[in-house]
Amino acid sequence: MTTLTYVRNFEAAEPAARFRDLLASEWLKLWSLRSLRWATGLGALIVVAINANAAFADYSNWPHYSQQIKDNFVPAWSYESSFTDISALVMMLFTGAIGTVAVVGEYGSGMVRTSFAAVPARRSLLAAKAAVLTALMLVFGILVTAGSFWVSQAILSGRGVGISVTEPGIMRGMLASAVLAPACALVGMSLGVLIRHSATATGSVIALLLLVPLFFTEDRYWSAVFKHAMLHDAWRYLHKIPAIDGAFKAQLPYPSTPGGAWLVLALWPVVAVVVALVVVDRRDL
Amino acid sequence: MGQVIEANELTKRYGSTAAVNGLTFTVRPGHVTGFLGPNGAGKSTTLRMILGLNDPTSGTVTVDGRSFRDRPRGLRHVGGLLDAADVHGGRSARAHLTLLARSNRLPVSRVADVLEEVGLTEVARRRIGGYSLGMKQRLGIATALLGDPPVLLFDEPLNGLDPEGVMWVRRLFRRLAAEGRTVFVSSHLMSEMENTADHLVVIGRGELIADEPLAAFSARGTRLSVTVRTPDPAGLAAVLISEGAAVERDEPETLTVTGLSSDRIGEIAFEHRVLLRELATRTASLEDAFMELTADSVEYLAGDRR
Repeated sequence: MTTLTYVRNFEAAEPAARFRDLLASEWLKLWSLRSLRWATGLGALIVVAINANAAFADYSNWPHYSQQIKDNFVPAWSYESSFTDISALVMMLFTGAIGTVAVVGEYGSGMVRTSFAAVPARRSLLAAKAAVLTALMLVFGILVTAGSFWVSQAILSGRGVGISVTEPGIMRGMLASAVLAPACALVGMSLGVLIRHSATATGSVIALLLLVPLFFTEDRYWSAVFKHAMLHDAWRYLHKIPAIDGAFKAQLPYPSTPGGAWLVLALWPVVAVVVALVVVDRRDL
Repeated sequence: MGQVIEANELTKRYGSTAAVNGLTFTVRPGHVTGFLGPNGAGKSTTLRMILGLNDPTSGTVTVDGRSFRDRPRGLRHVGGLLDAADVHGGRSARAHLTLLARSNRLPVSRVADVLEEVGLTEVARRRIGGYSLGMKQRLGIATALLGDPPVLLFDEPLNGLDPEGVMWVRRLFRRLAAEGRTVFVSSHLMSEMENTADHLVVIGRGELIADEPLAAFSARGTRLSVTVRTPDPAGLAAVLISEGAAVERDEPETLTVTGLSSDRIGEIAFEHRVLLRELATRTASLEDAFMELTADSVEYLAGDRR
């Protein structure tokens, strides 16, 4: 029997591996999930709505405010309504959870094995995921921060107490709010890589970002240091504008510094990503 | 030949138990090689080590002379279907394959090609979460074929496929091997390999039992036996036993004879004027050979007290 078989030549040259292919792939991986698109959109709407509601409360209560409050309202109180403490906590919760789900969804479903069989360079793949997540969450942070400011000031301008972004200190505060989003998402991603289990990882992110800061106080030195090392406190420090910055600092026995607060906002995500990159390479899947 | 899989003293321990123990074998191109063993024998662990997903405790496994983990991108080198469930149910098949193609710098046109190949074009835009097991198996095969790789690994690929699907997969494996690829297919069912593989690597409890052509494996298992049907089974049994055969009476008129060839049995019956209605040699089935060889190494025996 004669069989004519076309035997393939498999020696064909492989194109060079490029990091941007991984970025494109990870972007598709994130954005092709309906749940993630929903979480991002819903999170943005909720944060803006919280701030709009705060501004609307001021708008409604304005006739009842004392003359002293009315005199001091611009810019400090106008600004407070543009991005409230509560809205920051909710944003941390959403972005931390989005970062966690971005990896835990992959571990939990087994997709991670398919991904790493396609790209054995695990660190490169995770670095691409971190980069895509950072970009997406930075856009999220900027849109949410700017959107909150615009909506709240539009409402307050109905009482003639809206302010402009050109007021001193406001840009710094908005920038701190914007970068808080990717910082929390990367911490979430890292915990997802470490823990790999959906509910446990999400719970841990919430505990680490929102509950742990509650254990520390400002009145003892070391406790204050740890408190200032928390993302939420670093954000709060940078968010205060000079008009109320003095009063805020005066209450504190051990005040933080702007440089220190920026360092905290930078170190959390950097350490988180480094830990994730080390761990992902060493574990069996 | 470039695209061989070589395992050398491959060992994987979890705590004190060895899932894979000192496994050495070679899988060559141009054949479908079956990877057989009872459940828990270490097949999946071995396949995961080939794909660099699990690190060996000791020993090495290479594809084309290189550890898979050392390659920056994998799809052009090895295509693997380890578990059809290793997908995110929230994506469509098209999105799943497109993102994998992009990561390996493969032309996105490959996605439509492999979807067509496995017959999922119609449902490509539906979420994978709604797929049946058979459809997920087809998607897993599409994923393995995406990079047109010279080496293909399949872990229990026939699970969940309908008979038509099984036929299709067998033809596909044969074609892939005929194209000069290395095709390594695991199964715990010998019967699945009977019509698929040319060569077998058999393991039990993480250790190598056999690494040989399918024909050699089936020949070394069970002794030949002959089925004889006659109206006088008692008379024939007596003379056959006197000639040194072992005889079992299965049905009123049917005997199973071992120790004599069918030719010799025919002669003896003729000499003793015994009428024969049927005389057939039963070749040893692969299933028998497999059961016999792996009997000592079955990890979870039914009725076994733990």
